[in-house]
Amino acid sequence: MNARAEQPTSAVLIVGAAPYGEEPTDVLLADGLIAVVGSAAGDDPRAAGALRVDGTGLVLLPGLVDLHTHLREPGREDAETVASASAAAALGGYTAVFAMPNTDPTADTAGVVEQVYRLGVAAGLVDVLPIGAVTVGRNGTRLAELGAMAGSVARVRIFSDDGDCVADPQLMRRALEYVKAFDGVIAQHAEEPRLTVGAQMHEGEVSGRLGMAGWPAVAEEAIIARDCLLADHVDSRLHVCHVSTAGSVELISAAKARGTKVTAEVTPHHLLLTDDRAIGYDPVFKVNPPLRTQADVSALRAALSAGIVDIVATDHAPHAGQDKEIEWDGAKPGMLGLQTALSVVILVMVQPGLLDWRDVARVMSEAPARIGGLTDHGRPIAQGEPATLVLIDPAATWTVRGGDLASISANTPFEGMELPGRVVATFLRGRPTVLAGVLAAAGSVV
Amino acid sequence: MRTAPGATLATSSQTLPPAQIASAATDSPASLVSTAAGPVEMPRHLLSAGDLNRDAALHILDTAARLEQAIAGREVRKLPTLRGRTVVNLFYEDSTRTRISFEVAAKRLSADVINFSAKGSSVSKGESLKDTAWTLQAMGADAVVCRHGSSGAPQRLSAWVEGSVINAGDGTHEHPTQALLDAYTLQRHLAPGRDLDGRRVVIVGDVLHSRVARSNVLLLSTLGAQVTLVAPPTLLPVGVHSWPVAVSYDLDAALRDADAVMMLRVQRERMAGGFFPTEREYTRSYGLDARRAAMLAKGGIVMHPGPMNRGMEIAPEVADGAASVIVEQVANGVTVRMAVLYLLLSGGLGGGS
Repeated sequence: MNARAEQPTSAVLIVGAAPYGEEPTDVLLADGLIAVVGSAAGDDPRAAGALRVDGTGLVLLPGLVDLHTHLREPGREDAETVASASAAAALGGYTAVFAMPNTDPTADTAGVVEQVYRLGVAAGLVDVLPIGAVTVGRNGTRLAELGAMAGSVARVRIFSDDGDCVADPQLMRRALEYVKAFDGVIAQHAEEPRLTVGAQMHEGEVSGRLGMAGWPAVAEEAIIARDCLLADHVDSRLHVCHVSTAGSVELISAAKARGTKVTAEVTPHHLLLTDDRAIGYDPVFKVNPPLRTQADVSALRAALSAGIVDIVATDHAPHAGQDKEIEWDGAKPGMLGLQTALSVVILVMVQPGLLDWRDVARVMSEAPARIGGLTDHGRPIAQGEPATLVLIDPAATWTVRGGDLASISANTPFEGMELPGRVVATFLRGRPTVLAGVLAAAGSVV
Repeated sequence: MRTAPGATLATSSQTLPPAQIASAATDSPASLVSTAAGPVEMPRHLLSAGDLNRDAALHILDTAARLEQAIAGREVRKLPTLRGRTVVNLFYEDSTRTRISFEVAAKRLSADVINFSAKGSSVSKGESLKDTAWTLQAMGADAVVCRHGSSGAPQRLSAWVEGSVINAGDGTHEHPTQALLDAYTLQRHLAPGRDLDGRRVVIVGDVLHSRVARSNVLLLSTLGAQVTLVAPPTLLPVGVHSWPVAVSYDLDAALRDADAVMMLRVQRERMAGGFFPTEREYTRSYGLDARRAAMLAKGGIVMHPGPMNRGMEIAPEVADGAASVIVEQVANGVTVRMAVLYLLLSGGLGGGS
């Protein structure tokens, strides 16, 4: 889908890497495509003079696709920019990220989504795909010009008021119907606002003890139930952002069983962390939807394993220090995710045997690309396919330090944790964006 | 108003006679602490009533009793104990009663008191809590008494200052010195000189939003009291079943033979929030009138942290009645806050004396 002019890059020969963690083999990347897969790769004339990457012990997957990020540009360049987030994404193994529209100004017009798109092209590390706002200013009152955004250079296909719910049922129905004209999808932030007035964290034993206003699971589940019924009624596609409760899993499972066109995502933090992190009142653990209970975490892991939840999306949400190093109520919700997502998935899904590497490719690349309408990401590792790949060392471990991450902000909830798995190299249409675990020099990339 | 049996209290304080306390406090603050029965582990800050184990809580109450004795014997109602120390009252919410109580407590111990009013959140004020903390640190605050509308703010503050932080009420979380003054009041009337083992205390009202209730549940149960919460179901937190209390919706049943009833203030805006239909209905079901007050056990007391909504959660004749200890609670507030400041600033709460 990318019409951008890219410099031809030298060929890359990956030696002895295991596609999908299966049989190790050699893979030759040339002219932006996978030229050869197999032991013959080294004999291909294009392999002469190719950049040689030792893949021994490494897993090769299609480049990761993140359906849910906040890049903060335009508006909060002190927290993150498209360029800094692109670097974080490439280092995290991503080759495409979808950018939520809650910027300032809101990405609710063709002009703003094209600006974000062009910033992504200029950064040149991942494909940046803007998500358009469903309603003007994300105010939830009238539809934004969805068609204009779809028809823009940014070719927007996902629309969301993320951060806020499209709470008005009639407006949600119209949005679901309207985007059918260009095969769009509404990505809903499921939160019934009347049930979460002033909410600070998951409503349960911990919130009661800490004296914080609760965000009940039912506020998410009520909207998911309603939206699945609406999607059925108008025969439209619905995507549910950051599913966080066991009850939501049940509702989505039931909807899928009756044929509803619904897909769902889960974040790494909801797969690992629970509401007791709020003890101590450190707002680095404040996020919306909030961290839930261990029972919810277990249900989400099982749902991702079973395919009820389709994908992992980060909800990468950088925040400047002054928006986090304050009292909990005043702090902004959200956490960094791009550079830790794969490691968390390895920790909570791969190592316990809930997902194999084929499944990781599905939930972190193929399915998100399909939901987002990307045709050149999440492709098979096969001759003639785009050379858009990630090379992972599953045996490596590393310790998370927010200050070391590529994002401008440092608000990682995994600070100090030792996580498994490292991204060794990332390739975007044959060009290395990350090599030996470090960002490829800008000059060689753009 | 019921008055406490003060004579009993004096003999029950098992350490120093009053005269010695006064001189000890004058000469060497540490000596008062060291007279406690064995080392008592206490935190550097007072953020939650849950930070206090039974021994620590009793130590504070004993210290309060001895300070009260010490000051009662003086012509000038002041001890030189904290001379040269600085106590900052950092109040992000209006609370004249609590601020004055801490101010009087600090001044009776001869500390320098600075009142730092910062109404509203740090966001609206334009300076972050962390920057404020560093400012107070730079000014050399030995103790920061913090009232904040956001739950957990004093705990955050405690990570950024070297001095002791005392939670003077944070959002809908806790108000530990209120619980200490309530325990002190209960002790004087129900169990002079010892813990509250087996005493039945009923706490009535807006538990959901009450920092007073949370701190009292923790402290009174630590001290052995049997606590029953009574409220409409809408004003109880979702997780209340995990608290060390009994829960009832029936005030009449809960009051029967209780040793004390503590009425919580009901904010009038709760009605707008739909937590209950009308004030009249609330008063009928959960208000304390003379008929209900008469159901308490013999010698039972009526408490209220103030300010009261007379006619709503408490009838005027009960508030002013023979069983009421509400005014005494205010006086005891100064006493226990003196004890907390004294122990924190003389190292007694730091475990390092």
